[in-house]
Amino acid sequence: MSETKATRAAYGEALAKLGHENDKIVVLDADLSHATMTLTFAKEFPDRHFNAGIAEANMVDMAAGMSRMGLIPFCSTFAVFAGRSYDQIRNGICYPHFNVKMAFTHAGVTVGEDGGSHQAIEDIALMRVLPGMTVICPCDANETYQAVKAAAEMDGPVYLRLARLATPVFDPMPFTIGKGNVIVDGSDAVLFTCGIMVNECLKAAELLRQKGMNPAIVNLHTIKPIDAELVRAYAAKCKRVYTVEEHSVIGGLGDAVADVLLSGGVACSFKKIGVQDCFGQSGKAMEVLAEYGLTGAQIAQTIAG
Amino acid sequence: MDTPALKNICTQVRRDIINMTANAGSGHPGGSLSAVEMLVALYFDVMNVDPKNPSDPARDRLVLSKGHAAPALYGVLGEKGYFSTEEFKNFRQLHSILQGHPDAKKCPGVDASTGSLGQGISIAVGMALGAKATKNPCHVYAICGDGELQEGLVWEASMAAAHYGLDNLTVLVDNNGLQIDGSNDEVMSLGDLNAKFTAFGYNVIELEDGNDIEAVVAALKTPPMKGKPTLLLCHTHKGKGISFMEDQVGWHGKAPNEEQRAEALKELEG
Repeated sequence: MSETKATRAAYGEALAKLGHENDKIVVLDADLSHATMTLTFAKEFPDRHFNAGIAEANMVDMAAGMSRMGLIPFCSTFAVFAGRSYDQIRNGICYPHFNVKMAFTHAGVTVGEDGGSHQAIEDIALMRVLPGMTVICPCDANETYQAVKAAAEMDGPVYLRLARLATPVFDPMPFTIGKGNVIVDGSDAVLFTCGIMVNECLKAAELLRQKGMNPAIVNLHTIKPIDAELVRAYAAKCKRVYTVEEHSVIGGLGDAVADVLLSGGVACSFKKIGVQDCFGQSGKAMEVLAEYGLTGAQIAQTIAG
Repeated sequence: MDTPALKNICTQVRRDIINMTANAGSGHPGGSLSAVEMLVALYFDVMNVDPKNPSDPARDRLVLSKGHAAPALYGVLGEKGYFSTEEFKNFRQLHSILQGHPDAKKCPGVDASTGSLGQGISIAVGMALGAKATKNPCHVYAICGDGELQEGLVWEASMAAAHYGLDNLTVLVDNNGLQIDGSNDEVMSLGDLNAKFTAFGYNVIELEDGNDIEAVVAALKTPPMKGKPTLLLCHTHKGKGISFMEDQVGWHGKAPNEEQRAEALKELEG
Protein backbone atom coordinates (compact mmCIF):
# COMPACT_ATOMS: atom_id res chain seq x y z
CA MET A 1 0.00 0.00 0.00
CA SER A 2 2.63 2.48 -1.05
CA GLU A 3 0.20 4.54 -3.15
CA THR A 4 -1.71 7.36 -1.52
CA LYS A 5 -4.76 9.11 -2.89
CA ALA A 6 -7.46 11.36 -1.46
CA THR A 7 -10.97 9.97 -1.47
CA ARG A 8 -12.10 13.16 -3.24
CA ALA A 9 -9.72 12.31 -6.10
CA ALA A 10 -11.12 8.79 -6.21
CA TYR A 11 -14.62 10.30 -6.34
CA GLY A 12 -13.72 12.29 -9.44
CA GLU A 13 -12.20 9.23 -11.11
CA ALA A 14 -15.19 7.08 -10.18
CA LEU A 15 -17.61 9.56 -11.74
CA ALA A 16 -15.61 9.77 -14.95
CA LYS A 17 -15.60 5.98 -15.20
CA LEU A 18 -19.22 5.41 -14.20
CA GLY A 19 -20.31 8.21 -16.51
CA HIS A 20 -19.51 5.92 -19.44
CA GLU A 21 -21.53 3.05 -18.00
CA ASN A 22 -24.61 5.00 -16.96
CA ASP A 23 -25.79 7.96 -19.02
CA LYS A 24 -28.28 8.96 -16.31
CA ILE A 25 -25.48 10.15 -14.04
CA VAL A 26 -25.15 13.93 -13.97
CA VAL A 27 -22.89 15.99 -11.74
CA LEU A 28 -23.55 19.33 -10.10
CA ASP A 29 -20.99 21.62 -8.54
CA ALA A 30 -21.02 24.93 -6.74
CA ASP A 31 -17.88 26.54 -8.16
CA LEU A 32 -15.60 23.97 -6.56
CA SER A 33 -15.12 21.42 -9.33
CA HIS A 34 -11.33 21.85 -9.10
CA ALA A 35 -11.46 20.87 -5.45
CA THR A 36 -14.18 18.23 -5.54
CA MET A 37 -12.28 16.69 -8.48
CA THR A 38 -15.27 16.47 -10.80
CA LEU A 39 -13.35 18.24 -13.57
CA THR A 40 -12.56 15.04 -15.45
CA PHE A 41 -16.25 14.18 -15.60
CA ALA A 42 -17.02 17.74 -16.70
CA LYS A 43 -14.51 17.48 -19.54
CA GLU A 44 -15.69 14.08 -20.72
CA PHE A 45 -19.40 14.83 -20.34
CA PRO A 46 -19.84 18.59 -20.70
CA ASP A 47 -23.57 18.19 -21.28
CA ARG A 48 -23.97 16.31 -18.02
CA HIS A 49 -22.05 18.62 -15.71
CA PHE A 50 -23.86 21.61 -14.25
CA ASN A 51 -22.26 24.40 -12.31
CA ALA A 52 -24.71 26.06 -9.94
CA GLY A 53 -22.28 28.81 -9.08
CA ILE A 54 -21.71 29.68 -5.45
CA ALA A 55 -25.24 28.70 -4.50
CA GLU A 56 -25.26 25.37 -2.67
CA ALA A 57 -28.93 25.49 -1.71
CA ASN A 58 -29.94 25.96 -5.32
CA MET A 59 -27.57 23.21 -6.45
CA VAL A 60 -29.24 20.73 -4.13
CA ASP A 61 -32.82 21.63 -5.09
CA MET A 62 -31.94 21.68 -8.79
CA ALA A 63 -30.62 18.17 -8.28
CA ALA A 64 -33.94 17.26 -6.68
CA GLY A 65 -35.73 18.49 -9.80
CA MET A 66 -33.32 16.70 -12.11
CA SER A 67 -33.85 13.43 -10.26
CA ARG A 68 -37.55 13.79 -11.08
CA MET A 69 -36.65 13.75 -14.76
CA GLY A 70 -35.07 10.31 -14.37
CA LEU A 71 -31.48 11.47 -13.88
CA ILE A 72 -29.10 10.41 -11.10
CA PRO A 73 -27.56 13.66 -9.85
CA PHE A 74 -24.37 13.76 -7.78
CA CYS A 75 -24.05 17.07 -5.92
CA SER A 76 -20.50 18.04 -5.09
CA THR A 77 -19.31 20.67 -2.66
CA PHE A 78 -17.52 20.91 0.67
CA ALA A 79 -18.96 18.99 3.61
CA VAL A 80 -19.10 22.18 5.65
CA PHE A 81 -21.84 23.38 3.29
CA ALA A 82 -24.07 20.47 4.29
CA GLY A 83 -25.41 22.91 6.84
CA ARG A 84 -25.91 25.62 4.26
CA SER A 85 -28.01 23.36 2.03
CA TYR A 86 -29.63 21.44 4.87
CA ASP A 87 -33.23 22.56 4.44
CA GLN A 88 -32.99 21.65 0.77
CA ILE A 89 -31.55 18.22 1.58
CA ARG A 90 -34.23 17.70 4.22
CA ASN A 91 -37.37 18.97 2.54
CA GLY A 92 -36.39 18.95 -1.13
CA ILE A 93 -34.76 15.51 -1.23
CA CYS A 94 -35.21 13.35 1.87
CA TYR A 95 -38.85 14.17 2.64
CA PRO A 96 -40.01 12.95 -0.81
CA HIS A 97 -37.13 10.39 -0.86
CA PHE A 98 -35.72 11.58 -4.19
CA ASN A 99 -32.81 9.83 -5.86
CA VAL A 100 -30.06 12.40 -5.26
CA LYS A 101 -26.50 11.76 -4.08
CA MET A 102 -24.60 14.30 -2.03
CA ALA A 103 -20.86 13.63 -2.35
CA PHE A 104 -19.37 16.25 -0.09
CA THR A 105 -15.60 16.51 0.12
CA HIS A 106 -13.18 18.22 2.51
CA ALA A 107 -14.84 16.67 5.57
CA GLY A 108 -13.20 16.75 8.97
CA VAL A 109 -10.27 18.62 10.45
CA THR A 110 -7.73 17.31 7.91
CA VAL A 111 -8.94 20.08 5.61
CA GLY A 112 -6.05 21.73 7.42
CA GLU A 113 -4.97 25.25 6.54
CA ASP A 114 -8.41 26.65 5.65
CA GLY A 115 -9.31 26.40 9.32
CA GLY A 116 -12.33 25.72 11.46
CA SER A 117 -14.79 27.60 9.25
CA HIS A 118 -14.17 24.97 6.57
CA GLN A 119 -13.76 21.83 8.67
CA ALA A 120 -17.05 19.94 8.92
CA ILE A 121 -17.24 18.11 12.24
CA GLU A 122 -21.04 17.92 12.28
CA ASP A 123 -22.06 16.60 8.86
CA ILE A 124 -22.50 12.94 9.84
CA ALA A 125 -24.80 14.02 12.67
CA LEU A 126 -26.83 16.25 10.35
CA MET A 127 -27.21 13.55 7.73
CA ARG A 128 -27.87 10.47 9.82
CA VAL A 129 -30.84 12.07 11.55
CA LEU A 130 -32.69 12.43 8.23
CA PRO A 131 -35.19 9.61 7.58
CA GLY A 132 -34.27 7.48 4.58
CA MET A 133 -30.79 8.93 4.17
CA THR A 134 -27.90 6.52 3.61
CA VAL A 135 -24.60 7.80 5.05
CA ILE A 136 -21.28 6.44 3.80
CA CYS A 137 -17.73 7.47 4.68
CA PRO A 138 -15.26 5.42 2.62
CA CYS A 139 -11.77 4.70 3.96
CA ASP A 140 -9.72 4.88 0.78
CA ALA A 141 -9.74 5.28 -2.99
CA ASN A 142 -10.92 1.75 -3.75
CA GLU A 143 -13.77 1.91 -1.28
CA THR A 144 -14.74 5.32 -2.64
CA TYR A 145 -15.11 3.89 -6.13
CA GLN A 146 -17.29 1.10 -4.79
CA ALA A 147 -19.32 3.51 -2.71
CA VAL A 148 -19.97 5.85 -5.65
CA LYS A 149 -20.99 2.89 -7.79
CA ALA A 150 -23.28 1.47 -5.10
CA ALA A 151 -24.82 4.90 -4.47
CA ALA A 152 -25.59 5.30 -8.17
CA GLU A 153 -27.14 1.86 -8.29
CA MET A 154 -29.46 2.28 -5.30
CA ASP A 155 -32.63 4.37 -5.31
CA GLY A 156 -32.82 7.13 -2.71
CA PRO A 157 -30.72 9.84 -1.11
CA VAL A 158 -27.11 9.09 -0.19
CA TYR A 159 -24.55 11.20 1.64
CA LEU A 160 -20.93 10.37 0.78
CA ARG A 161 -18.39 11.89 3.15
CA LEU A 162 -15.07 12.42 1.42
CA ALA A 163 -11.67 13.74 2.45
CA ARG A 164 -9.17 16.22 1.08
CA LEU A 165 -6.07 14.52 2.49
CA ALA A 166 -4.25 11.87 0.47
CA THR A 167 -4.18 8.62 2.46
CA PRO A 168 -2.99 5.07 1.71
CA VAL A 169 -4.84 2.93 -0.79
CA PHE A 170 -5.51 -0.50 0.69
CA ASP A 171 -6.01 -3.76 -1.13
CA PRO A 172 -9.60 -3.89 -2.37
CA MET A 173 -12.11 -5.09 0.21
CA PRO A 174 -15.65 -6.31 -0.28
CA PHE A 175 -18.20 -3.50 -0.23
CA THR A 176 -21.89 -3.72 0.43
CA ILE A 177 -23.85 -0.75 1.74
CA GLY A 178 -24.72 -1.44 5.37
CA LYS A 179 -22.12 -4.22 5.83
CA GLY A 180 -19.01 -3.39 7.83
CA ASN A 181 -15.60 -4.96 7.22
CA VAL A 182 -13.36 -6.53 9.84
CA ILE A 183 -10.01 -5.19 8.71
CA VAL A 184 -7.97 -6.62 11.55
CA ASP A 185 -9.32 -9.33 13.77
CA GLY A 186 -8.63 -9.19 17.48
CA SER A 187 -9.79 -10.26 20.90
CA ASP A 188 -9.30 -7.74 23.69
CA ALA A 189 -10.50 -4.43 22.22
CA VAL A 190 -12.39 -3.30 19.12
CA LEU A 191 -12.01 -0.03 17.23
CA PHE A 192 -15.08 0.85 15.19
CA THR A 193 -14.06 3.47 12.69
CA CYS A 194 -14.62 4.90 9.21
CA GLY A 195 -13.05 7.12 6.58
CA ILE A 196 -9.46 8.17 6.78
CA MET A 197 -9.38 7.21 10.46
CA VAL A 198 -9.12 3.58 9.37
CA ASN A 199 -5.50 4.33 8.49
CA GLU A 200 -4.83 5.94 11.88
CA CYS A 201 -6.46 2.97 13.61
CA LEU A 202 -4.14 0.60 11.73
CA LYS A 203 -1.17 2.56 13.09
CA ALA A 204 -2.69 2.50 16.57
CA ALA A 205 -3.29 -1.25 16.40
CA GLU A 206 0.34 -1.87 15.46
CA LEU A 207 1.52 0.11 18.50
CA LEU A 208 -0.98 -1.66 20.74
CA ARG A 209 0.20 -5.08 19.54
CA GLN A 210 3.73 -4.08 20.52
CA LYS A 211 2.34 -3.58 23.99
CA GLY A 212 0.83 -7.04 24.00
CA MET A 213 -2.73 -6.13 23.12
CA ASN A 214 -4.73 -7.73 20.32
CA PRO A 215 -7.19 -5.11 19.07
CA ALA A 216 -9.70 -5.61 16.25
CA ILE A 217 -10.44 -2.91 13.70
CA VAL A 218 -13.89 -2.78 12.13
CA ASN A 219 -14.46 -0.44 9.20
CA LEU A 220 -18.04 0.83 9.41
CA HIS A 221 -18.00 2.62 6.05
CA THR A 222 -21.78 2.80 6.20
CA ILE A 223 -22.82 4.82 9.21
CA LYS A 224 -26.48 4.56 8.27
CA PRO A 225 -27.87 1.95 8.08
CA ILE A 226 -25.26 0.73 10.54
CA ASP A 227 -24.19 -2.91 10.63
CA ALA A 228 -25.75 -3.57 14.03
CA GLU A 229 -25.09 -7.30 13.90
CA LEU A 230 -21.36 -6.83 13.37
CA VAL A 231 -21.19 -4.11 16.04
CA ARG A 232 -22.89 -6.35 18.60
CA ALA A 233 -20.78 -9.37 17.69
CA TYR A 234 -17.45 -7.57 18.01
CA ALA A 235 -18.45 -5.68 21.15
CA ALA A 236 -19.48 -8.97 22.76
CA LYS A 237 -16.29 -10.65 21.62
CA CYS A 238 -13.79 -7.92 22.55
CA LYS A 239 -15.56 -6.32 25.56
CA ARG A 240 -13.66 -3.02 25.23
CA VAL A 241 -15.24 -0.80 22.58
CA TYR A 242 -13.73 2.33 21.04
CA THR A 243 -15.18 4.42 18.28
CA VAL A 244 -12.76 6.54 16.27
CA GLU A 245 -13.95 9.27 13.91
CA GLU A 246 -12.80 12.55 12.39
CA HIS A 247 -16.05 14.15 13.50
CA SER A 248 -17.61 15.46 16.66
CA VAL A 249 -18.19 12.81 19.31
CA ILE A 250 -21.75 14.14 19.35
CA GLY A 251 -24.08 12.62 16.79
CA GLY A 252 -21.58 10.78 14.64
CA LEU A 253 -20.32 7.21 14.28
CA GLY A 254 -19.75 6.94 18.02
CA ASP A 255 -23.35 7.70 18.84
CA ALA A 256 -24.55 5.36 16.11
CA VAL A 257 -22.51 2.53 17.68
CA ALA A 258 -23.64 3.51 21.18
CA ASP A 259 -27.27 3.27 20.08
CA VAL A 260 -26.71 -0.27 18.88
CA LEU A 261 -24.88 -1.33 22.03
CA LEU A 262 -27.32 0.19 24.50
CA SER A 263 -30.41 -1.13 22.79
CA GLY A 264 -28.69 -4.49 22.19
CA GLY A 265 -27.81 -4.92 25.86
CA VAL A 266 -24.17 -5.75 25.14
CA ALA A 267 -21.98 -5.68 28.23
CA CYS A 268 -18.81 -3.78 27.35
CA SER A 269 -16.78 -0.70 28.14
CA PHE A 270 -17.21 2.16 25.68
CA LYS A 271 -15.26 5.25 24.71
CA LYS A 272 -15.71 7.70 21.85
CA ILE A 273 -12.54 9.07 20.28
CA GLY A 274 -13.22 12.07 18.05
CA VAL A 275 -13.45 15.84 18.07
CA GLN A 276 -14.51 16.70 21.62
CA ASP A 277 -17.32 19.19 21.04
CA CYS A 278 -15.17 21.97 19.61
CA PHE A 279 -14.40 23.52 16.23
CA GLY A 280 -11.18 22.93 14.35
CA GLN A 281 -8.44 25.39 13.37
CA SER A 282 -5.78 26.10 10.78
CA GLY A 283 -2.61 24.06 10.51
CA LYS A 284 -1.10 21.31 8.43
CA ALA A 285 -3.53 18.40 8.15
CA MET A 286 -1.60 16.01 10.37
CA GLU A 287 -0.79 18.75 12.88
CA VAL A 288 -4.48 19.56 13.19
CA LEU A 289 -5.34 15.88 13.51
CA ALA A 290 -2.81 15.63 16.35
CA GLU A 291 -4.23 18.74 18.01
CA TYR A 292 -7.50 16.84 18.48
CA GLY A 293 -5.86 13.59 19.60
CA LEU A 294 -6.67 11.64 16.47
CA THR A 295 -3.32 10.34 15.22
CA GLY A 296 -2.52 6.64 15.43
CA ALA A 297 -0.06 7.14 18.28
CA GLN A 298 -2.54 9.21 20.26
CA ILE A 299 -5.32 6.71 19.69
CA ALA A 300 -3.02 3.94 20.94
CA GLN A 301 -2.18 6.01 23.99
CA THR A 302 -5.85 6.66 24.76
CA ILE A 303 -6.56 2.95 24.54
CA ALA A 304 -3.47 1.67 26.40
CA GLY A 305 -4.11 4.26 29.11
CA MET B 1 -61.96 24.85 -22.77
CA ASP B 2 -64.11 27.99 -23.03
CA THR B 3 -64.05 30.79 -20.50
CA PRO B 4 -67.46 30.16 -18.87
CA ALA B 5 -66.52 26.52 -18.26
CA LEU B 6 -63.20 27.57 -16.74
CA LYS B 7 -64.97 30.10 -14.55
CA ASN B 8 -67.29 27.38 -13.29
CA ILE B 9 -64.33 25.25 -12.35
CA CYS B 10 -62.74 28.20 -10.54
CA THR B 11 -65.92 28.61 -8.49
CA GLN B 12 -66.00 24.90 -7.69
CA VAL B 13 -62.34 24.97 -6.61
CA ARG B 14 -63.13 27.94 -4.35
CA ARG B 15 -65.90 25.87 -2.74
CA ASP B 16 -63.41 23.03 -2.32
CA ILE B 17 -60.93 25.37 -0.61
CA ILE B 18 -63.56 26.66 1.80
CA ASN B 19 -64.79 23.18 2.60
CA MET B 20 -61.35 21.67 3.00
CA THR B 21 -60.09 24.37 5.35
CA ALA B 22 -63.37 24.52 7.29
CA ASN B 23 -63.44 20.72 7.72
CA ALA B 24 -59.82 20.63 8.82
CA GLY B 25 -60.23 23.64 11.07
CA SER B 26 -56.88 24.86 9.74
CA GLY B 27 -55.07 25.64 6.51
CA HIS B 28 -54.43 28.66 4.31
CA PRO B 29 -57.54 29.89 2.50
CA GLY B 30 -56.32 33.42 1.60
CA GLY B 31 -53.34 32.48 -0.58
CA SER B 32 -55.21 29.48 -1.97
CA LEU B 33 -58.06 31.64 -3.23
CA SER B 34 -55.71 34.11 -4.92
CA ALA B 35 -54.01 31.33 -6.91
CA VAL B 36 -57.15 29.59 -8.22
CA GLU B 37 -57.16 31.08 -11.72
CA MET B 38 -53.51 30.20 -12.32
CA LEU B 39 -54.01 26.59 -11.29
CA VAL B 40 -57.29 26.13 -13.16
CA ALA B 41 -55.85 27.69 -16.31
CA LEU B 42 -52.81 25.43 -16.13
CA TYR B 43 -54.56 22.13 -15.43
CA PHE B 44 -57.71 22.63 -17.49
CA ASP B 45 -56.47 24.52 -20.52
CA VAL B 46 -52.70 24.79 -20.78
CA MET B 47 -50.71 21.88 -19.41
CA ASN B 48 -50.27 18.59 -21.20
CA VAL B 49 -51.34 16.26 -18.40
CA ASP B 50 -53.40 13.11 -18.03
CA PRO B 51 -54.84 12.44 -14.58
CA LYS B 52 -55.12 8.76 -15.44
CA ASN B 53 -51.39 8.61 -16.12
CA PRO B 54 -49.85 10.97 -13.56
CA SER B 55 -46.35 9.54 -14.05
CA ASP B 56 -46.25 9.97 -17.84
CA PRO B 57 -42.64 11.07 -18.51
CA ALA B 58 -43.79 13.49 -21.23
CA ARG B 59 -46.25 15.33 -18.97
CA ASP B 60 -45.86 19.00 -18.20
CA ARG B 61 -44.83 19.64 -14.58
CA LEU B 62 -46.14 22.03 -11.99
CA VAL B 63 -44.40 22.83 -8.73
CA LEU B 64 -46.50 24.72 -6.21
CA SER B 65 -43.62 26.60 -4.64
CA LYS B 66 -46.04 28.37 -2.28
CA GLY B 67 -46.93 25.00 -0.82
CA HIS B 68 -49.30 26.43 1.77
CA ALA B 69 -51.77 27.00 -1.09
CA ALA B 70 -52.22 23.22 -1.10
CA PRO B 71 -56.03 23.42 -0.86
CA ALA B 72 -56.12 25.18 -4.25
CA LEU B 73 -53.85 22.55 -5.79
CA TYR B 74 -55.84 19.69 -4.25
CA GLY B 75 -59.09 21.26 -5.42
CA VAL B 76 -57.78 21.42 -8.98
CA LEU B 77 -56.25 17.93 -8.93
CA GLY B 78 -59.43 16.46 -7.47
CA GLU B 79 -61.72 18.21 -9.95
CA LYS B 80 -59.38 17.13 -12.76
CA GLY B 81 -59.67 13.51 -11.64
CA TYR B 82 -56.27 12.69 -10.14
CA PHE B 83 -58.11 11.31 -7.12
CA SER B 84 -61.66 11.20 -5.84
CA THR B 85 -63.10 14.47 -4.59
CA GLU B 86 -64.15 12.36 -1.58
CA GLU B 87 -60.52 12.77 -0.46
CA PHE B 88 -61.12 16.47 0.22
CA LYS B 89 -62.67 15.67 3.60
CA ASN B 90 -59.38 14.03 4.64
CA PHE B 91 -57.33 17.18 4.10
CA ARG B 92 -54.86 17.55 6.99
CA GLN B 93 -56.09 14.33 8.62
CA LEU B 94 -53.93 11.41 9.75
CA HIS B 95 -52.85 9.08 6.89
CA SER B 96 -54.33 11.38 4.24
CA ILE B 97 -52.81 11.79 0.79
CA LEU B 98 -53.75 15.45 1.25
CA GLN B 99 -51.11 16.57 3.73
CA GLY B 100 -51.04 20.12 5.09
CA HIS B 101 -48.46 20.90 2.42
CA PRO B 102 -48.09 18.96 -0.88
CA ASP B 103 -46.33 15.61 -0.48
CA ALA B 104 -44.99 14.07 -3.69
CA LYS B 105 -44.71 10.68 -1.99
CA LYS B 106 -48.36 10.55 -1.04
CA CYS B 107 -50.43 12.53 -3.52
CA PRO B 108 -50.86 11.60 -7.20
CA GLY B 109 -50.09 14.50 -9.52
CA VAL B 110 -47.79 16.25 -7.06
CA ASP B 111 -44.28 16.43 -8.51
CA ALA B 112 -42.38 17.97 -5.61
CA SER B 113 -42.87 18.23 -1.87
CA THR B 114 -43.10 21.90 -1.05
CA GLY B 115 -43.92 24.13 1.88
CA SER B 116 -40.44 25.29 2.77
CA LEU B 117 -40.61 28.51 0.78
CA GLY B 118 -38.12 29.21 -1.99
CA GLN B 119 -37.44 25.57 -2.70
CA GLY B 120 -40.15 24.90 -5.26
CA ILE B 121 -38.83 27.31 -7.86
CA SER B 122 -35.36 25.85 -7.45
CA ILE B 123 -36.70 22.31 -7.92
CA ALA B 124 -38.63 23.51 -10.99
CA VAL B 125 -35.43 24.97 -12.43
CA GLY B 126 -33.83 21.56 -11.91
CA MET B 127 -36.76 19.88 -13.67
CA ALA B 128 -36.50 22.24 -16.63
CA LEU B 129 -32.74 21.72 -16.76
CA GLY B 130 -33.26 17.96 -16.52
CA ALA B 131 -35.86 18.13 -19.29
CA LYS B 132 -33.34 19.84 -21.55
CA ALA B 133 -30.64 17.33 -20.62
CA THR B 134 -32.90 14.39 -21.43
CA LYS B 135 -34.43 16.06 -24.49
CA ASN B 136 -37.86 15.85 -22.90
CA PRO B 137 -40.10 18.43 -24.64
CA CYS B 138 -42.25 19.04 -21.55
CA HIS B 139 -42.79 22.47 -20.01
CA VAL B 140 -42.26 23.17 -16.31
CA TYR B 141 -44.36 25.63 -14.29
CA ALA B 142 -43.81 26.96 -10.79
CA ILE B 143 -46.12 29.14 -8.71
CA CYS B 144 -44.43 31.37 -6.14
CA GLY B 145 -45.97 33.58 -3.53
CA ASP B 146 -44.94 37.21 -3.27
CA GLY B 147 -43.78 36.92 0.33
CA GLU B 148 -41.81 33.89 -0.80
CA LEU B 149 -39.70 36.16 -3.00
CA GLN B 150 -37.99 37.30 0.19
CA GLU B 151 -36.19 33.94 0.23
CA GLY B 152 -32.71 34.25 -1.28
CA LEU B 153 -33.08 30.86 -2.94
CA VAL B 154 -35.66 32.32 -5.34
CA TRP B 155 -32.97 34.57 -6.76
CA GLU B 156 -30.33 31.85 -6.85
CA ALA B 157 -32.78 29.74 -8.83
CA SER B 158 -33.68 32.67 -11.10
CA MET B 159 -30.03 33.30 -11.89
CA ALA B 160 -29.68 29.65 -12.88
CA ALA B 161 -32.87 29.71 -14.97
CA ALA B 162 -31.48 32.55 -17.07
CA HIS B 163 -27.94 31.17 -17.14
CA TYR B 164 -29.16 27.87 -18.55
CA GLY B 165 -31.59 29.58 -20.94
CA LEU B 166 -34.58 27.67 -19.63
CA ASP B 167 -37.28 28.68 -22.10
CA ASN B 168 -39.14 25.55 -20.98
CA LEU B 169 -39.80 27.15 -17.59
CA THR B 170 -42.60 29.51 -16.61
CA VAL B 171 -42.70 30.98 -13.13
CA LEU B 172 -45.98 32.47 -11.97
CA VAL B 173 -45.92 34.97 -9.11
CA ASP B 174 -49.10 35.23 -7.06
CA ASN B 175 -48.68 38.85 -6.10
CA ASN B 176 -51.52 39.32 -3.64
CA GLY B 177 -49.53 41.83 -1.59
CA LEU B 178 -50.00 40.20 1.79
CA GLN B 179 -48.05 37.80 3.97
CA ILE B 180 -48.46 36.45 7.50
CA ASP B 181 -47.20 39.46 9.46
CA GLY B 182 -48.80 42.14 7.27
CA SER B 183 -48.42 43.62 3.81
CA ASN B 184 -45.24 42.88 1.87
CA ASP B 185 -44.30 46.51 2.19
CA GLU B 186 -44.67 46.46 5.96
CA VAL B 187 -42.71 43.25 6.38
CA MET B 188 -40.01 43.42 3.69
CA SER B 189 -40.55 45.53 0.60
CA LEU B 190 -40.25 43.66 -2.68
CA GLY B 191 -39.66 46.78 -4.75
CA ASP B 192 -40.14 46.81 -8.51
CA LEU B 193 -40.67 43.13 -9.22
CA ASN B 194 -41.02 43.58 -12.96
CA ALA B 195 -37.67 45.35 -13.11
CA LYS B 196 -36.03 42.84 -10.77
CA PHE B 197 -37.16 39.77 -12.69
CA THR B 198 -36.37 41.43 -16.02
CA ALA B 199 -32.89 42.21 -14.74
CA PHE B 200 -32.52 38.58 -13.69
CA GLY B 201 -33.11 37.54 -17.30
CA TYR B 202 -36.77 36.56 -17.47
CA ASN B 203 -39.20 37.50 -20.19
CA VAL B 204 -41.67 39.17 -17.81
CA ILE B 205 -45.38 39.31 -18.59
CA GLU B 206 -47.29 41.44 -16.11
CA LEU B 207 -50.97 40.75 -15.56
CA GLU B 208 -52.93 43.53 -13.96
CA ASP B 209 -55.59 41.07 -12.93
CA GLY B 210 -54.21 37.64 -12.16
CA ASN B 211 -57.70 36.54 -11.12
CA ASP B 212 -59.01 37.08 -14.67
CA ILE B 213 -59.00 33.55 -16.05
CA GLU B 214 -59.12 34.67 -19.67
CA ALA B 215 -56.08 36.90 -19.23
CA VAL B 216 -54.18 34.19 -17.34
CA VAL B 217 -54.87 31.62 -20.07
CA ALA B 218 -53.85 34.07 -22.81
CA ALA B 219 -50.60 34.91 -21.00
CA LEU B 220 -49.79 31.25 -20.40
CA LYS B 221 -50.38 30.49 -24.08
CA THR B 222 -47.98 33.20 -25.21
CA PRO B 223 -45.08 31.36 -26.86
CA PRO B 224 -41.89 31.55 -24.78
CA MET B 225 -39.05 33.77 -25.89
CA LYS B 226 -36.24 31.57 -27.16
CA GLY B 227 -33.50 31.08 -24.58
CA LYS B 228 -35.33 32.92 -21.81
CA PRO B 229 -37.44 31.71 -18.90
CA THR B 230 -40.87 33.32 -18.66
CA LEU B 231 -42.22 35.04 -15.57
CA LEU B 232 -45.89 35.85 -15.19
CA LEU B 233 -46.27 38.58 -12.62
CA CYS B 234 -49.89 38.14 -11.61
CA HIS B 235 -51.44 40.83 -9.45
CA THR B 236 -54.09 39.06 -7.45
CA HIS B 237 -56.27 39.45 -4.40
CA LYS B 238 -55.74 37.37 -1.31
CA GLY B 239 -59.01 35.67 -0.38
CA LYS B 240 -60.39 36.36 -3.88
CA GLY B 241 -64.05 35.50 -4.32
CA ILE B 242 -65.11 35.62 -0.68
CA SER B 243 -65.96 39.21 0.18
CA PHE B 244 -65.03 39.07 3.85
CA MET B 245 -61.68 37.39 3.09
CA GLU B 246 -60.57 39.60 0.20
CA ASP B 247 -57.37 41.56 0.85
CA GLN B 248 -57.52 40.66 4.53
CA VAL B 249 -54.17 39.66 6.01
CA GLY B 250 -55.92 37.76 8.80
CA TRP B 251 -57.11 35.08 6.36
CA HIS B 252 -53.61 33.88 5.50
CA GLY B 253 -53.65 30.90 7.79
CA LYS B 254 -57.05 30.83 9.44
CA ALA B 255 -59.87 28.44 8.63
CA PRO B 256 -63.49 29.60 8.35
CA ASN B 257 -65.82 28.50 11.14
CA GLU B 258 -69.19 26.94 10.29
CA GLU B 259 -70.98 30.27 10.05
CA GLN B 260 -68.27 31.69 7.82
CA ARG B 261 -68.26 28.56 5.70
CA ALA B 262 -71.99 28.90 5.08
CA GLU B 263 -71.62 32.57 4.24
CA ALA B 264 -68.73 31.90 1.87
CA LEU B 265 -70.51 29.06 0.09
CA LYS B 266 -73.57 31.23 -0.29
CA GLU B 267 -71.49 33.92 -1.97
CA LEU B 268 -70.08 31.30 -4.32
CA GLU B 269 -73.59 30.32 -5.43
CA GLY B 270 -73.50 33.67 -7.21
